[in-house]
Amino acid sequence: MSTAVADKKPAAAEEIPTFTATLIIRRFDPDVDEEPRWEDFDVELYATDRVLDALHKIKWEQDGSLTFRRSCAHGICGSDAMRINGRNRLACKTLIKDLDITKPIYVEAIKGLPLEKDLIVDMEPFFDSYKEINPFLMAGATKGGKERKQSPVERARFDDTTKCILCAACTSSCPVFWTDGQYFGPAAIVNAHRFIFDSRDEGSQVRLDILNDKEGVWRCRTTFNCTDACPRGIQVTQAIAEVKQAIIKGKP
Amino acid sequence: MPEKSASNLVAEPQSPPKIRSPKRPAGTLYRGNEGMWSWVLHRITGVSIYFFLLVHILDTALVRVSPDAYNIVIDSYKTPLMGLAEIGLVAAIGFHAINGLRIILIDFWAFGAKHQRTLFWVVIGIWLVLLAGFIPRQLMHVFGG
Repeated sequence: MSTAVADKKPAAAEEIPTFTATLIIRRFDPDVDEEPRWEDFDVELYATDRVLDALHKIKWEQDGSLTFRRSCAHGICGSDAMRINGRNRLACKTLIKDLDITKPIYVEAIKGLPLEKDLIVDMEPFFDSYKEINPFLMAGATKGGKERKQSPVERARFDDTTKCILCAACTSSCPVFWTDGQYFGPAAIVNAHRFIFDSRDEGSQVRLDILNDKEGVWRCRTTFNCTDACPRGIQVTQAIAEVKQAIIKGKP
Repeated sequence: MPEKSASNLVAEPQSPPKIRSPKRPAGTLYRGNEGMWSWVLHRITGVSIYFFLLVHILDTALVRVSPDAYNIVIDSYKTPLMGLAEIGLVAAIGFHAINGLRIILIDFWAFGAKHQRTLFWVVIGIWLVLLAGFIPRQLMHVFGG
């Protein structure tokens, strides 16, 4: 950087460069369509825009009937998981400029859950398997009636799996889950892992028994699609492998 | 699915409410990485080996029924077409065996899960070496006379 630039008076605000991206969205209106159809949209975008901004622009300026879920728009609520260019991503965490904008951007709903409309799927089967693994602390009264102590090392043991936001990107990227909706799916196992390896929890045996089921961890075929899809960077397949080992050993 | 409003509870004989069970629309391809394609290959080779073993057990069991029939079947295998099919068989078993070891490493060794992508290319490497050793010999055997 040269100092000469700093001496100059800042010029009038320059026009922020924009570019046009083509989004091809897989639309489905259950009242009209028998099968989903692909629809093209050209959107004018800034380099700072994310796929979610492009969807907003389409919904607000071009076609108000476009339907998708989003809440916080900052990668925390887990509402806007969708398949972007064939891979599960959060629309709010995917910058358009990181995609190849010389080609159209394909956006479609996540796979394996019943499609309701456009980019919205029925999440109930997903949350049902989440509920089945008892996603809450199972512990009796504390000794002495005070706090449950945990060392930093014990906390670090399950730190990775505390980051889950239940967006279903992992579960709906799993080839086993697509063909067998009964499989618990990576998200449920990740959230079981979070409690199984928590030193304060006393219900790990219950959870290990649940996941030792025919539709439990043994359905995992280590395709690593879930690890790739996770917007929080959780090592999902690794966590499933740890649960498998805990079941074999009979203890976490 | 759209919920039927309360007004639909009143009987309307001329237009019965169109209630469709939620159907699963045809899927599109998921663009997975090495892990997914190794699983696809593992499944395809596994099913192929299963069918081979089925035929193999039947033709071997034939020797108990009639040695002549057994000889006829085994002779029919000594054609160039079956010789080429044997290359496919060795390729399938080779991949399934080596990738199976990779999956064991992933399940029981944290290092395996972390470096699964590298391990996949190691599997492909060993597999290609195996085939490079086998295919020329097999082709000499089949076409060399």
